[in-house]
Amino acid sequence: MSAIYILISVSFLVAIAFLGAFIWSIKSGQYDDDYSPSVRMLKENPNNKSES
Amino acid sequence: MQAETFKYDNRTVRDFTVATIFWGVIGLLVGVLVASQLVFPDWNVASWLTFGRLRALHTNGAIFAFVGNAIFAGVYYSLQRLLKTRMASDLLSRIHFWGWQLIIVSAVITLPLGLTSSKEYAELEWPIDIAIALVWVIFGVNMFWTILKRRERHLYVAIWFYIATFVTVAVLHIVNNLELPVGAFKSYSIFAGVQDALVQWWYGHNAVAFFLTTPVLGLMYYFVPKAANRPVYSYRLSIVHFWALIFIYIWAGPHHLLYTSLPAWAQSLGTVFSIMLIFPSWGGMINGLLTLRGAWDKVRDSAVLKFFVVAITAYGMSTLEGPLLSLKNLNAIAHYTDWIPAHVHIGTLGWNGFMIFGMIYWMMPKLYRTSLFSEKLANAHFWIGTLGILLWALPMYVSGFTQSLMWKEFNPDGTLVYGNFLETVTQLMPLYALRAIGGTLYVTGMLIMVVNIVRTVRSGSFQAEEEDSALPLEATEAGHKGEHWHRWIERKPVQLMVWATVAILIGGIIEIVPTIMVKSNIPTIESVKPYTALELEGRDLYIREGCNACHSQMVRPFRSEVARYGEYSKAGEFVYDHPFLWGSKRTGPDLHRVGGKYPHSWHYNHMIEPTSMSPGSIMPTYEWLATSALDTTSTKAKLRAMASLGVPYTQGYIDSAHFYMQQQANAIASELMEQMEDVEVSPNEEMVALIAYLQRLGTDIKAQPENNETALK
Repeated sequence: MSAIYILISVSFLVAIAFLGAFIWSIKSGQYDDDYSPSVRMLKENPNNKSES
Repeated sequence: MQAETFKYDNRTVRDFTVATIFWGVIGLLVGVLVASQLVFPDWNVASWLTFGRLRALHTNGAIFAFVGNAIFAGVYYSLQRLLKTRMASDLLSRIHFWGWQLIIVSAVITLPLGLTSSKEYAELEWPIDIAIALVWVIFGVNMFWTILKRRERHLYVAIWFYIATFVTVAVLHIVNNLELPVGAFKSYSIFAGVQDALVQWWYGHNAVAFFLTTPVLGLMYYFVPKAANRPVYSYRLSIVHFWALIFIYIWAGPHHLLYTSLPAWAQSLGTVFSIMLIFPSWGGMINGLLTLRGAWDKVRDSAVLKFFVVAITAYGMSTLEGPLLSLKNLNAIAHYTDWIPAHVHIGTLGWNGFMIFGMIYWMMPKLYRTSLFSEKLANAHFWIGTLGILLWALPMYVSGFTQSLMWKEFNPDGTLVYGNFLETVTQLMPLYALRAIGGTLYVTGMLIMVVNIVRTVRSGSFQAEEEDSALPLEATEAGHKGEHWHRWIERKPVQLMVWATVAILIGGIIEIVPTIMVKSNIPTIESVKPYTALELEGRDLYIREGCNACHSQMVRPFRSEVARYGEYSKAGEFVYDHPFLWGSKRTGPDLHRVGGKYPHSWHYNHMIEPTSMSPGSIMPTYEWLATSALDTTSTKAKLRAMASLGVPYTQGYIDSAHFYMQQQANAIASELMEQMEDVEVSPNEEMVALIAYLQRLGTDIKAQPENNETALK
């Protein structure tokens, strides 16, 4: 069953990559604010050239 | 600080949306055709229009052409706006768009021609696999480059879903398509038997997870709040369920192989992770639905929100059903039956299709600076589509239970009540007809959408370049002397992601290459021998015709299956099967023990006209197998390829392959002519090779009964 070791290793590597991304996202303050991003994304582009 | 002005690229978004609609209609029309072919077998009018070949065209078209183009449209629209920047490279966007369409066109040509690797949802042959990998990387480079150029520090949760999609699909695609080419459009999987099955369903399951789920969840987190003009119910929940989902999903693949020859611990692993998946999946469903809290009145007026509500509900239902189906006791009933297509289509028609329709109805008027031509038509589409889903799925649930119960029904004396498999097929015909009607309704809804979108486009004016402005991102503090060496990469998260991906790919290759070189450690059965040259050619015909779309080759260890088909299948019987052909659906009976069950002439007549041997059969006719000569030009190359994959063909056998092949073909042809006095059979026709393969299937462990004692261990 060598294939299962390949799959587990590859799956682990993917998981480790995501773990790295997860740690980065927390340390870099991505989730310091867990409310305002959901409101900010709603702001529509007014399509105007000038925006204050 | 001065606000910067920039322009969004709407052209790529528009093009992907048009491609979504175009391929969506075609892919689902092919679906209606294959569904109808099960009711009207006469509709298999030509070799390239048979169910076995077109089924792959439908699945690939629906997944990669319809949903694929929709994902790209949604990603290109939302990514630019969430990051307040234009896509990094217009050139890469163009190459991505046209590259993807070319891949779809090549699929439309090659799959009906029977050029297939036979692995589900990865049927495309190796040159196209390489093209897919390249275009996928171009998409990834464009996306990461755009993230680098962003003017918004925070990566909105949708973007995390896109990143996870890119990374994981790249890895899955590469590992599952490791194959050895033997010609321009023919290759053999480097894995064999159980191993190949495991790799395939690790891929197959995660294709559902990371192509049909995570990117579409990303779209949900952008388009549902936008359409409802409400922030997502809980942003914190979205973050928690994202990370939980991607850490759990990748381990659930073995639930596709319960009760097969896969080791039991691997099966249990798949089940445990599948059950755990309920939580992150429902986190997404709850978050999506509750985004509409206090705004349910809007659902009454907005077709877009109606589509989204049904889509998210379908997502919740199929992600509860999926884990339940991965419990062994339920799986024993559902596997190989129509229950599985029913489950799948709740996900694809409901979750994927309706998310996409909602997105198109919301986005296209914006791109054309107008409003939707007709809300009424969109509502009509919604109701017809919903009815279509119900008419598709409900008959298939009934059909699945019916099949399963009939397969397992015993008489008091211990014999099968429905010993003839055909009885369990003819029983389902009205349900198959209803399913085809359901599919037709669903496509009708899409055609209504086409009219609505065309009229909308005509009434508006396309805004290819949309201006916006935002403050530039403050530069991160410059590096200082003496800092730790890896600070530079940590400062650049995208760089970190890219290098992490490269690292896991290199790691994967390092893991895999030695295992190809090292001899397989699957328990072998002494009496199991490689296929002869003629049988190998016959096997390739079996692959070409897509027989595995309807016939499994995996007898599970149940009394009902052993009574019907014979001895249950052992892992050691498949060690030379590059690729494995276990199949996933029994529209027809299992074929693993068909070898020696019928005389050659039965197969010959059955292939020419299935109903002559099995009245009421819905199998297509394969009369061209008797008229076309077997192409033996690459036989030696095939044997050499197999030998380099570890199949013990001797050099002497490969050198004299044509001689042995002719010898075996002559014997089969003369036996055929003895059995059918009025028919002229040439030993060189394809039929002879296919019969040679079918008669060999599953016979090796019977060959030496004295070895059975060890074989069973």
